[in-house]
Amino acid sequence: MDRQDFLSLYRHMLLIRRFEEKSAEMYALAKIAGFLHLYIGEEAIAVGAIAAIEPDDYVISSYRDHGHCLARGSDPRLVMAELFGKATGLCKGKGGSMHLVDAARNFMGGYAIVGGHLPLATGLAFAAQYQKRDQVVLCFFGEGALPTGQAHEAFNLAALWKLPVIFICENNRYGMGTPVKKAVALYSNIAETARSYGIPAERVDGMDVLAVQTLMCVIVPKVRSAQGPYFVEATTYRFMGHSMADPAHGHYRTKEEVEEERRRDPLALLRRTMLDQNLAGDADLKLVERDVTEAIAAAVKFADESPFPPRDALYEHVYDE
Amino acid sequence: MMISYRDALNQAMREEMRRDDRVFLIGEEVGHYQGAFKVSKGFVEEFGPQRVLDTPITEAGFTGLAIGAAMAGLHPIVELMTFNFGILALDQIVNNAAKIRYMSGGQLSVPIVIRGPGSAAHQLGAQHSQSLEAWFCHVPGLKVMAPATPYDAKGLLKSAIRDPNPIIFIEAQLLYGTKGEVGEGDYTIPIGKAEVKRQGQDVTIVAYSKMLLVALEAAEDLAREGIDVEIVDPRTLKPLDVEAVVASVKKTGRLVIVEEGWRFAGLGAQIADSVYERAFDYLDGPIVRVTGADVPMPYTRSLEDAAIPDRVRVMAAVRQILGKGQRPIPHHK
Ligand SMILES: Cc1ncc(C[n+]2csc(CCOP(=O)(O)OP(=O)(O)O)c2C)c(N)n1
Repeated sequence: MDRQDFLSLYRHMLLIRRFEEKSAEMYALAKIAGFLHLYIGEEAIAVGAIAAIEPDDYVISSYRDHGHCLARGSDPRLVMAELFGKATGLCKGKGGSMHLVDAARNFMGGYAIVGGHLPLATGLAFAAQYQKRDQVVLCFFGEGALPTGQAHEAFNLAALWKLPVIFICENNRYGMGTPVKKAVALYSNIAETARSYGIPAERVDGMDVLAVQTLMCVIVPKVRSAQGPYFVEATTYRFMGHSMADPAHGHYRTKEEVEEERRRDPLALLRRTMLDQNLAGDADLKLVERDVTEAIAAAVKFADESPFPPRDALYEHVYDE
Repeated sequence: MMISYRDALNQAMREEMRRDDRVFLIGEEVGHYQGAFKVSKGFVEEFGPQRVLDTPITEAGFTGLAIGAAMAGLHPIVELMTFNFGILALDQIVNNAAKIRYMSGGQLSVPIVIRGPGSAAHQLGAQHSQSLEAWFCHVPGLKVMAPATPYDAKGLLKSAIRDPNPIIFIEAQLLYGTKGEVGEGDYTIPIGKAEVKRQGQDVTIVAYSKMLLVALEAAEDLAREGIDVEIVDPRTLKPLDVEAVVASVKKTGRLVIVEEGWRFAGLGAQIADSVYERAFDYLDGPIVRVTGADVPMPYTRSLEDAAIPDRVRVMAAVRQILGKGQRPIPHHK
């Protein structure tokens, strides 16, 4: 990795952070409606993992999907326009925050039925295997999906058929208000769940983008060379509420806990590492910050100025004609 | 050539798999067991286990996998051992397959066929004897077919496999062994086109899948009473060929709808609604529905018979609509 690579990680993480902060602001202004699940605090996972794959690999995610989409390189203007429900949005305003898709980047979507996209991920991997392409699939989901039957069906099929999929469990310790301890029997060693299917599994500090990327750079080639699926538990913490309907802490966790975790801010961690190890100077970081600020401003401007879809778009895309 | 419904399905899939190597078959027991109802006889020998995939008992898992594969450009055929088990895959079918094109604003397509038998066979009990087509017809984004004859089964299945949308293709255990004339080689039947299966002047019957055969029998008997029945088989249930039904109703002025599924919120209610909307002025009286009874299917033969529309009940409905008899058997209220 050279200095540019580190700066690129930083840039993507910062882009997601600022994008999410701006989204929250736009939500408060009622420019964005519906459910909005922010990824603040978890940026290192998407950015570290996606930095380890190729453009024609597949990425699929849950409803907390802005981070994965932006890490994949989607245009923030089109993402913001989608959140605004505009005709120029990635999905022409029909998907919304929870259902971003950028097919040109093989970002195959965000899905809002917990556990429901894990079987889809095995299917993308199956298609790669069937067509003898050496693509891999990154499938991101929260630990709340682990107890679902669909997750287990997906693990079993992936292991049975040696499918090139990497299941990345973003363990932020809560599914809405339910702590992992009350939801997952093997909560203290989630990776064991996957190992019980014969899927090799690792745990990584999901606040440390370099650790995530390093691990993924080891795993991706193994999966690509047809050795079958992998499972990664990335430990993390969501700094915001579950969605905009939920305050940052709430009754299920304390303010102190949130503040404690915020001290492990993945962005601050990367910034410190880069400065300490002389991988970037203040000036470099400032430049990135300026770029990102401009990109976010442009995204909001674009979304704001874009038209809503015309009413006759209602019946478009129900079927492939 | 006279072949069975089962062989017609086999030919359709075989021809399409030879034509297009993106097409593959996946499901429980489709390979070496040759399908629970032997529809995929000879497939694993011809196409190999890479294209004829035996799965564990995991309907959500393999249906979801097939949907994912379709998103990535393959054309899977999912065989559900029966549609009763497809209930375990409803999340995948309804929340994913049916919506992915729309949610993505047209970026992704899901060209997939999900097929297998629906409806009752003989005395299989409540969990194995259900007609769930109305569930699927309710969902925008899905197309639904339920062909009754070998000819239609072959032509429609080929169209389904070539269609870029998710398709629910409902067969019937009691149809697999029925025989009919099927043309040699490559032909398709357009999706969404009904066929008049019997010409008549007095009453229109709309019936599909197994109920078409029941209606045809009833029509023969009614002919001996001097009643001339026209029978329209929609073949595709969604999109429904309302045009064809309306054209027939304009001729006869009377409509009986026969379906095996439950009455309440059944498909016949929708067909009636579409006809009232489009052809009310041509109707000489209210539309009459003959449906399955609103009960879980009982095991014992006498009660099972009472729960499923039969020739006698269809005949009674036709006489009723013509003012020639009593009302149909009362428990089908
Ligand atoms: C099958 C299903 N049940 C319930 C919900 C409602 N729900 C949405 S998010 C959520 C919590 C999921 O937590 P987790 O998987 O850990 O992801 P996180 O939100 O923490 O990223 C629940 C219960 C749902 N979307 N799908």
